Formats: sequence, structure tokens, C-alpha cells
Amino acid sequence: MNQVTALINGVPVDHYVYLSLILFSIGIVGVLIRRNMIVVLMCIELMLNAVNLLMAAFSTYLNDAAGQIFVFFIMVVAAAEAAVGLAVLIMIYRNTKSVDISNLDKLKG
Amino acid sequence: MGEILFYVLGVMSILSAIVVVGSNNPIHSVLALIFTMFCLAGEYILLNAQFLAVVHIIVYAGAIMVLFLFVLMLLNLNKDTEPQKSTRFKFIGIIAGGLLLVTFVGAMKGVAVIAAPGTPDASIGLTKNLGKILFTDFVVPFEIASILFLAAMVGAVMVGKKDQKDNNIHI
Repeated sequence: MNQVTALINGVPVDHYVYLSLILFSIGIVGVLIRRNMIVVLMCIELMLNAVNLLMAAFSTYLNDAAGQIFVFFIMVVAAAEAAVGLAVLIMIYRNTKSVDISNLDKLKG
Repeated sequence: MGEILFYVLGVMSILSAIVVVGSNNPIHSVLALIFTMFCLAGEYILLNAQFLAVVHIIVYAGAIMVLFLFVLMLLNLNKDTEPQKSTRFKFIGIIAGGLLLVTFVGAMKGVAVIAAPGTPDASIGLTKNLGKILFTDFVVPFEIASILFLAAMVGAVMVGKKDQKDNNIHI
């Protein structure tokens, strides 16, 4: 326990912020450049994880446990989102026979 | 020692996140994302959030990523069926993401960094403490989350169900 306390004083909180910003940007790039729907969903999970890490870091640095509860709720929502998203994806695959996200342009005017 | 571990885990998570985005084989993407999850769980342990670390491994590596892997195997996707964007679009996407990162970092420059509290409470991440808070201050959101789960479960079954009419199509 004392070692962990020393670590919090050793790593400044903005390094955690930079780490989660980099992970979030990688997730954004993945959503922009990939066409496989499953990989796009995975990049969204990556972005959620970046936000989770940021929230846990601030929770520890501010000595407030509410941030960790928020991370817990984000995990709940992410699990529900993954389940529904994959069900939608399987339905799309059944109808279009592909996971290419560019096929879904039927709403284009 | 702990500081070095933080930077090692951070670099490993960034590298495996790049593999997630860059790999042509979706299976490799899933495996790299699982590795990223484990690195992030290590970061949680370093942050003194032991409960979150365990829940993160159970929920993400144990449930969500297995679901992704299962769907990937069910649809029989591999390198040959992988749709590719043109090089121009990839270049534009990487530039756009890089600009976003530059904007974030620029916004961070003017921020006064909070100092760590003098005596951090080492027990806030433990299950006992978090459970107490979850069932006193956050009991209403907790119950709403259970309703959300029920709705997601019913929704996933309803969306994923096969229509009776076109049962000649498999998957």
C-alpha cells in the first residue's frame, strides 16, 4: 500500500491524461480508416477504455471514490452496447452478406 | 520501480492499440485489443483501483472480447474478406486523428496540473469501500443500470432473432 502511495506522488497526473488522449486518438483513427464493422466497434471500445482510465486516474488523484463508481457504470453500458451492437451487426451481415460499412449508404439522398 | 512500470505498460498499451487499428486480420485485432485491456488493468492496479482492475479483466477480456471473437468466428472473417479503404482515405483519416491529438495536447498546455494529495487514501479502490458507496449514494443509478441490462438483453435477442420467412438463409 505504501509503495502505491509513493507511486501516485511519482507519476504526475498529466501523464495519465496524455496516455488516455493518445489511446482515444488511436480509436478515432481506427473508426475513420477501417471499413470492417467489427473493428469499428472495437475502436469504440478502445475510446471508452481511454475515458475510463482518465476517470480512474482523477479519482485516485483527487481522493474521491465516485469516479471509480462512474467507471463501473461505463463498463455496464459498454457491455450492453457491445451485445446490442453485435446483434445489429449479425442482422446486417445476414441481409447484405458483408461486414463492409460502406454498403450502408442506403439513406444517402 | 512503479514509475517505470507505468511507462512500460503505457507504451505497450499504445503499441497494441496501434496493432488493433492497423492489423489486416480481424482476429489479430481482437487479440491485440485483449492485450490492451490487460495493460490497462495493470494501470488500474498501479492507480490503487484494485476492484476496477479485476472487473475490467472479467468484463472486457472475459465477456466483451470473447463475444467479439465469437462473432468473428461465426461470420468466418479473415484476411481475404477484409474490406480495405483506399490509401487516400487512410491518409486523410490518420491526418485527422493526428490533428485531434494535437488539439487535445494544445488544450492541455494551459491547464494547471493538480498535485497529488499529501496523504492519498490507499483504500478507496477496495471492494468494501466501493460497495458501500455504490449501495448508498449510487443505489438509484445501480437499479437503473439493471433495467438497462434487461432492455439490452431483450433487445439483443429480438434484433438477432431469425425471421420465420427467410429461414433458408444461414447466418
